[in-house]
Amino acid sequence: MFPAPSVILFTTLSGAGYGMAAVAGLLAALQPGLIDSLALPAMALSLGLIVTGLLSAVAHLGRPARAWRALSQWRSSWLSREGVMALVGFGPISGFAVAWLFPTVDLGPLGLWGIASAIVSVGTLFTTAMIYQSLKPIAQWHHSLVVPGYLILGPMTGALVIQALIAAHGRVPASISLIAVTLVVASVVVKTAYWYSIDTQRPRSTASALGLGNVTASSMEWPHTEENFLLKEMGFVIARRHARRLRHMAAALGGVGPIVLTVMAMSFEGAIVGWACGLAAVLALAGVGIERWLFFAEARHTVALYYGRYPT
Amino acid sequence: MTDLPAAGGKKLGLVIDLDTCVGCHACVTNCKEWNTGGHMAPLTDVNPYGAGADGVWFNRVHTYEIAPDGDPEAGCGRTLHFPKSCLHCETPDCVTVCPTGASYKRASDGIVLVDEAKCIGCKLCAWACPYGAREFDVFDGVMKKCTLCIDRIYNENLEDADRVPACVATCPTSARHFGDLGDPTSAVSRLVADRGGIELMPDLGYRPVNRYLPPRAKHTATPATPSRQDSVTGDRLWAMLDRLLSR
Repeated sequence: MFPAPSVILFTTLSGAGYGMAAVAGLLAALQPGLIDSLALPAMALSLGLIVTGLLSAVAHLGRPARAWRALSQWRSSWLSREGVMALVGFGPISGFAVAWLFPTVDLGPLGLWGIASAIVSVGTLFTTAMIYQSLKPIAQWHHSLVVPGYLILGPMTGALVIQALIAAHGRVPASISLIAVTLVVASVVVKTAYWYSIDTQRPRSTASALGLGNVTASSMEWPHTEENFLLKEMGFVIARRHARRLRHMAAALGGVGPIVLTVMAMSFEGAIVGWACGLAAVLALAGVGIERWLFFAEARHTVALYYGRYPT
Repeated sequence: MTDLPAAGGKKLGLVIDLDTCVGCHACVTNCKEWNTGGHMAPLTDVNPYGAGADGVWFNRVHTYEIAPDGDPEAGCGRTLHFPKSCLHCETPDCVTVCPTGASYKRASDGIVLVDEAKCIGCKLCAWACPYGAREFDVFDGVMKKCTLCIDRIYNENLEDADRVPACVATCPTSARHFGDLGDPTSAVSRLVADRGGIELMPDLGYRPVNRYLPPRAKHTATPATPSRQDSVTGDRLWAMLDRLLSR
């Protein structure tokens, strides 16, 4: 599948934004007062990332002005459900932001708003992941580890950004760093398992796509001489060697780097803590960006079988 | 509405004979010619005469070399032409994934269509189609697809014989057949039953309506010559004579 920059940007940025809203919300509910000084930068950045990501997704459309129509088919379409969740989610997330920013305004318990914010954030990440996981023609997406990947990577980057914001202001509570490191480790485990699993999938053959049994079919002539929409959009192929290199990069930037830097930040004091935590968040976002690029580049659509594009 | 209509009733579709298709691309050309002025018009082209020529087509013909499994050098390889267009599936994900309701399946005849006025160009339907039946129009910013020539098959200005899809009307070898696959007594349904018509990638569960008739078994070049052992019981007399004379 073609790795469209707008979609990669969308899931990486809004993933981090929703991750922040979820982690901050749960912290507000479970450890009240722990990160109170952070309300303004955290929620401004969270909502900023969410909105930037969503706008990038809308810009990806052929007819962006008609985007509102996408809210209508929530009964059958995961894309529509994502749109509805994203829109509805602004309620609890902004409610949480206001309740957190202005404790004098009586909006009810902050913890409840925090939990609501976490639920809609995780819910939106789930609907995004389901758009991919529900597509049967793409074996690498129609895979049970796709949803866990999106559900863990978003909060992972979110937790690292929150940790960086705290570090810019002062001491990072150990519980925050522990949450961040746990999520990074979980991300590495899920993605490694996913990559191993898609490498061992049995690919479908061109003959099976043609409905012919017991034969080998090799494409002799395409219907057209140049790349068409089908090949440009769904026939993207990445060399195994490049994919492996990029997986290592994603794991180094999104996994090893943030773990080492966070452990470093926990064991030292002073300005270095701020730098380490800031760098950890930036590396993780870059790592997730590469992971998202690979998520598309390694996904193989059945239509390319008709062009004999994949080795069997 | 992207909900699918209830099953049953009319299922208009195509039956394509892979044994008779000669890969002439006439169906491709006539499809483009009719539909660039039809229901989903225009079928735009990008750089039609230059490098990187691209454009919207509803029907494409692939060509393959087929060899028996395990022995690609056996000398039994054959050429297979494979026309591919929308299969008007009974349970197509291209319809249900559509977030706007632009993609729909008609209850009256099972034809899958796109309402261009509602399409936002998200391309998710093209991702959801395993067969590559949908093509995006970069000029209009909307998705386009085969309409099974709804503007021909119900067109009262045309002669009865011409009320078939453009690809069917033009096929010089009659490799393409159009009809109601929901009616077991229709000519197309009987053809599918007689020739063992196949469904593409049935395991994905889209239940395509269109069927492909597989190529017939190849005729062997050398006629079988009966050997001594082939003699049947009725030939006993000759066998006895043969033994007597061979002494």
